[in-house]
Amino acid sequence: MKRHLISAADLTRDDAVLILDTAEEMARVADRPIKKLPTLRGRTVCNLFFEDSTRTRISFEAAEKRLSADVINFAAKGSSVSKGESLKDTAQTLEAMGVDAVVIRHGASGAPYRLANSGWIDAPVINAGDGTHQHPTQALLDAFTMRRRLIGPDAGLGQDLAGRRITLVGDVLHSRVARSNVDLLHTLGAEVTLVAPPTLVPVGVETWPCEVSYDLDSVLPKSDAVMMLRVQRERMNAAFFPTEREYSRRYGLDGERMARMPEHALVMHPGPMVRGMEITAEVADSDRCTVIEQVANGVSVRMAVLYLLLGGNEPAVAHPSPAATRTTRSAPAS
Amino acid sequence: MSKILIRGAKVLGGEPQEVLIDGETIARVGTGIDAGDASVVEAGGKILLPGLVDLHTHLREPGREDSETVLTGTRAAASGGYTAVFAMANTFPVADTAGVVEQVYRLGQEHGYCDVQPIGAVTVGLEGKKLAELGAMHESAAGVTVFSDDGKCVDDAVIMRRALEYVKAFGGVVAQHAQEPRLTEGAQMNEGIVSAELGLGGWPAVAEESIIARDVLLAEHVGSRVHICHLSTAGSVEIVRWAKSRGIDVTAEVTPHHLLLTDEMVRTYNPVYKVNPPLRTERDVMALREALADGTIDIVATDHAPHPHEDKDCEWAAAAMGMVGLETALSVVQQTMVETGLLTWADVADRMSFAPARIGRAQGHGRPVSAGEPANLTLVDSAYRGEVDPAGFASRSRNTPYEGRELPGRVTHTFLRGRATLVDGKLA
Repeated sequence: MKRHLISAADLTRDDAVLILDTAEEMARVADRPIKKLPTLRGRTVCNLFFEDSTRTRISFEAAEKRLSADVINFAAKGSSVSKGESLKDTAQTLEAMGVDAVVIRHGASGAPYRLANSGWIDAPVINAGDGTHQHPTQALLDAFTMRRRLIGPDAGLGQDLAGRRITLVGDVLHSRVARSNVDLLHTLGAEVTLVAPPTLVPVGVETWPCEVSYDLDSVLPKSDAVMMLRVQRERMNAAFFPTEREYSRRYGLDGERMARMPEHALVMHPGPMVRGMEITAEVADSDRCTVIEQVANGVSVRMAVLYLLLGGNEPAVAHPSPAATRTTRSAPAS
Repeated sequence: MSKILIRGAKVLGGEPQEVLIDGETIARVGTGIDAGDASVVEAGGKILLPGLVDLHTHLREPGREDSETVLTGTRAAASGGYTAVFAMANTFPVADTAGVVEQVYRLGQEHGYCDVQPIGAVTVGLEGKKLAELGAMHESAAGVTVFSDDGKCVDDAVIMRRALEYVKAFGGVVAQHAQEPRLTEGAQMNEGIVSAELGLGGWPAVAEESIIARDVLLAEHVGSRVHICHLSTAGSVEIVRWAKSRGIDVTAEVTPHHLLLTDEMVRTYNPVYKVNPPLRTERDVMALREALADGTIDIVATDHAPHPHEDKDCEWAAAAMGMVGLETALSVVQQTMVETGLLTWADVADRMSFAPARIGRAQGHGRPVSAGEPANLTLVDSAYRGEVDPAGFASRSRNTPYEGRELPGRVTHTFLRGRATLVDGKLA
């Protein structure tokens, strides 16, 4: 793994499994009376959010605080900061203030990549979602949730998702979650199928390591997990599909459709859900739906990523030898 | 004005000869010419070309003098071997009146590094709604013959038709920036495999091709000539080829960067590669090279688009589109077209001087290297190899995609009407 986490495609299978295993340890911290580790004491992490995202920012902030890091939140949205030069200037200002890592959310695809690779700053950069490009910690928390549900928290340690069949449904074209998940799930050995109307599938998708289908009903019975993607209502105005009702009829998940999924299969959603269009309340509130778990797991996974990128002198993720892995994994719990 | 003898130059890549310049014109071309009282330029082995003509340059003055001025832009042109450039109309104010085009023209004459032929806007303010005063611009001191809303497409079919018809009265040509606006809303790069992966808004090839198809049909219908700016896709080549075979009066240009670079470069998210039309695929690049070789594409034009550092040193989406090109164009053409065997140096003279001058009706440029012709000449050391160093650019902006890249060839001398504007690679 590189010094930064920009794309799910940057992770090897061993990197990803190490993060998931570390996240299991972090998850146990959440069960303790005092949910805090001293690991990042004295380190400062900045959450640099150029785009609103309360959920993701709070998730990172919780992860940082549980690792005892000092947290600076910078919300650029709505301020005069909106142009490119401001990204550079802001980043350099933060680094001058001694920030040890930057978690960045940006509306422009590639902004975290530029931040990490343009020589503007030295601190590690964690991508918290950029445009329609990547959202790697989201993919990690999704994979973590799948592994827990499909294999089990303890039995899953050291395991990947080989042979599992995962279906992503909805607005693939504009979805950084879809891109990140396709990359990571493929790396973890899963078979991924994207389901969407043709208007919401990017031109060029044929090179992605996944299948593409326009027919949800034919894919459901073969799915171990079905992840519904968020569809913004404004897409309708841009003629990506005729009406909400038509979208819902063809690509929405209701109880009837859920009944065609295998017994063990789970329903996922990165949130926030548009109930009634992408997913009915019946499905969203069912036991199979993991939306709330995904949120909880998000904190554990982000703790693992921050720890592995910042925690030790040795960049544990970069050299995942068994010995090093054991040492770094047990360190935060001790 | 004194005499200059260029000795041992391969005229248009042929056998070494002497070329004697007397005043503003070429006095003699041949072998064994006595230098007499002329100063001598030893050009053994170098290639002598007619002064290059760029039909597509952005000089940014008036309005964005922080990017480029007529002075810095024409110095860059002289450095690249150009003796005439056509300056695009998307300045501030827009070059849509006789006053603005005359100002740009006059600045070019005053600075004296290269002739500046202003291009007039097709529509007022480049807004695509109302025809600009095309006739007044033509009759002005600038004598405008090329009209373009470059940067924007004349997307209204009726306005385009009227413009094509109207300029027939004075032999003008409409140069179209072919970009269907609705198909390219939010476009950041070529739509395809790379854009899908990077999550950047796609600029589909069909947005260019559909406009070209429409415009060649319009040109045919009204019997006008149309020029297609910076053609970038294999499909566009096919349409232009078809149109020419049908006898439609269409000409087309390709930029050096579309002959060399592909959208794979965008994986770096470095906005130095952000350009409009975007860098396309390897398949497109190869089709463009072939089309330039077989004459389907008539000319190379730089689309020299200077931008200040801060407009490129940022994230991709916020960055300005465009790259500078005047000082590297000939090197890129040498690498992609000459060293691949697709063009001879005589062909290069055609694609970069004769043909662009003919399309733009540039007086005194794009003329044969022979006695009695204006002494607009460029001397190229084609054996030179070196890395591109933007620090040495004459252009005010340095947004080149070739920094640190080795490119062949170097312009050592440029002569504008017998006066050296570039000597041994240094501006005179």
